[in-house]
Amino acid sequence: MKDKLSGYNIENIDPSLLSLPVEGFKELLNRMDMAPKAGPPRWQDDIIEREMPVGVSVLDLGCNEGELLERLSAHGKRRAQGVELDPEAVLKCIGKGVPVIQADLDQGLSGFQDSNFDYVVLEETLQTLKRPVEILKEMLRVGRRGIVSFPNFGYWRVRMDFALRGRMPVTKGLPYTWYDTPNIHLFTLADFFEWAEQAGVKIVRAYVLSEGEVRELRDNDNMFAEEALLVVEKIRR
Amino acid sequence: MSKKKSHTPPEALGSVGWTEAKSIRLATEAEPFELEVGGTLGPVDVEYESYGALNEARDNAILILHALSGDAHVAGWDKHAGENGRAWRSKKPGWWDPVVGPGKSVDTDKYFVVCANFLGGCYGTTGPSSINPATGKAYGTTFPIVTVSDWVRLQARLLDALGVDRVHAVVGGSLGGQQAIEWALAFPDRVEKTIVFAASPRLSAQGLGFNAVGRYCILNDPNFNDGDYYEKSQPDTGLAAARMLAHITYLSEEGMHKTFGRKLREKEKPDFGFGVEFEVESYLDYQGRAFVQRFDANSYLYITRAMDYYDPAEKWGGGSLPEACKKITSDVMIVSFSSDWLYPPEYCREFSEALCKVGKAVTYVDVPSHFGHDAFLVQTEEVNELLRGFLGRRRP
Repeated sequence: MKDKLSGYNIENIDPSLLSLPVEGFKELLNRMDMAPKAGPPRWQDDIIEREMPVGVSVLDLGCNEGELLERLSAHGKRRAQGVELDPEAVLKCIGKGVPVIQADLDQGLSGFQDSNFDYVVLEETLQTLKRPVEILKEMLRVGRRGIVSFPNFGYWRVRMDFALRGRMPVTKGLPYTWYDTPNIHLFTLADFFEWAEQAGVKIVRAYVLSEGEVRELRDNDNMFAEEALLVVEKIRR
Repeated sequence: MSKKKSHTPPEALGSVGWTEAKSIRLATEAEPFELEVGGTLGPVDVEYESYGALNEARDNAILILHALSGDAHVAGWDKHAGENGRAWRSKKPGWWDPVVGPGKSVDTDKYFVVCANFLGGCYGTTGPSSINPATGKAYGTTFPIVTVSDWVRLQARLLDALGVDRVHAVVGGSLGGQQAIEWALAFPDRVEKTIVFAASPRLSAQGLGFNAVGRYCILNDPNFNDGDYYEKSQPDTGLAAARMLAHITYLSEEGMHKTFGRKLREKEKPDFGFGVEFEVESYLDYQGRAFVQRFDANSYLYITRAMDYYDPAEKWGGGSLPEACKKITSDVMIVSFSSDWLYPPEYCREFSEALCKVGKAVTYVDVPSHFGHDAFLVQTEEVNELLRGFLGRRRP
């Protein structure tokens, strides 16, 4: 592979790409036509519940209809608080008994104080925000730990779709057309890791959904992870 | 305002039907009621209405708290409207009729609903127009200063008398919402859910300013006579002016524009004089005139003062609202309306944020609206939906 790419600036090439033998590329091309394996629905929720000890407090940013919080707080197991902007979703939360604050995350979290919660969750929300980095910082100010999940734009099907069709990728994980997508800040796992390193954020644990399977992060998952879930905390100096 | 009101008649399925107010003596001259800022008052009679029945477990009561110019007549049709000097009630049902009744969100088939007129008002509960037994004359401005805390403690006495130890919910809008906040703080053990519509813990400087102008109008009416006017001409001009100003604060710029615009009142061209020219003038003029038929100027002074003074951060938290919120154990829902400039959303949100800061779960909703502060009375579809969800919800 490396030989084939001689003459290109190797420094800028994704190492996960370099790990592929040429045959691997052909294999991927063949697999493009096969339907992708579906992952378990809301696969993140199982992991999040396992990550959080009973008795902790959790703030879910962009909690939608409160599905995760209802589960986490069932039988008074954890103290839950949701934040959601969509009025319909807010009503659903209220009906479920999930406490919810109607607010726009792009306005920041100034209403919360430092370490207000044990955990702050950003499930499939980060890429929809105008200022994702601000909210990440706020997440780690307000929570002792953050849990963030997002679609990986580096996933091979996304790359292939873009490369072969020359159109904005439409995949199972990113099913929207360019004009109606809520995802305005797409990024890859590698992008996130780079940001985390620069921002002094430690990745405590990392999980991915890859080809329908939920597992811990491995090397080269910038290519193979469809979605990622990371447990993060601020490195305290 | 612009929403056409279609009233549910008393015989309709969703109406609580004909209502009768009840009166109860909760303090006497011998055992008077202690007031927050000092002094006592006795006797104290409280007029209230109730709908539905208290269940065997005595846990299905909902206490509704009324606003400045509201009353205990929350729903249904006053059976005695013709006889009790409240003729206006024969034209419309109680002020929250779309919300309270059989099958409505505050379901009177399910809940025992109580609302009492507050102390200092003019609807049957002891106030400045009541006779002072010591003088045989109406109190007027010799009536003591009463506070939101006094109202709430008196309501608690009423619940004692009704055999209600703990309520399923306290619900109020505007000044009623502030009473709901005081309930959550003063009697945390007696409240399961606290629901606050269009109210912040304390009034903004702008709100204080509005109230000051209203009182100025009354205090400077030539008929005011230091509040001693009950057997003479009433300070109607002052009270009407106060109401006109207040009405502007209950609407929003957008709402007024939509409803009235710059339309002239039943004419093509202005008369170039100082009569009623515009639709909006006509509307306010009508509101002012209608109000003096049903409200006492002295009550207006006392109630706006209670509203001004109320500050739960000072009373319960040494100046800190989060500190005060540590006392709250009930579930809390706060609802603001986007165009409300009497209790603006950012002030309502302060309460939600204070609860969060001390680790309490909270529900806060800002309803998009061009109805201004009045939205809690007008946008009853949204109010019903929120109440239905929050009242019925289980604790997870």
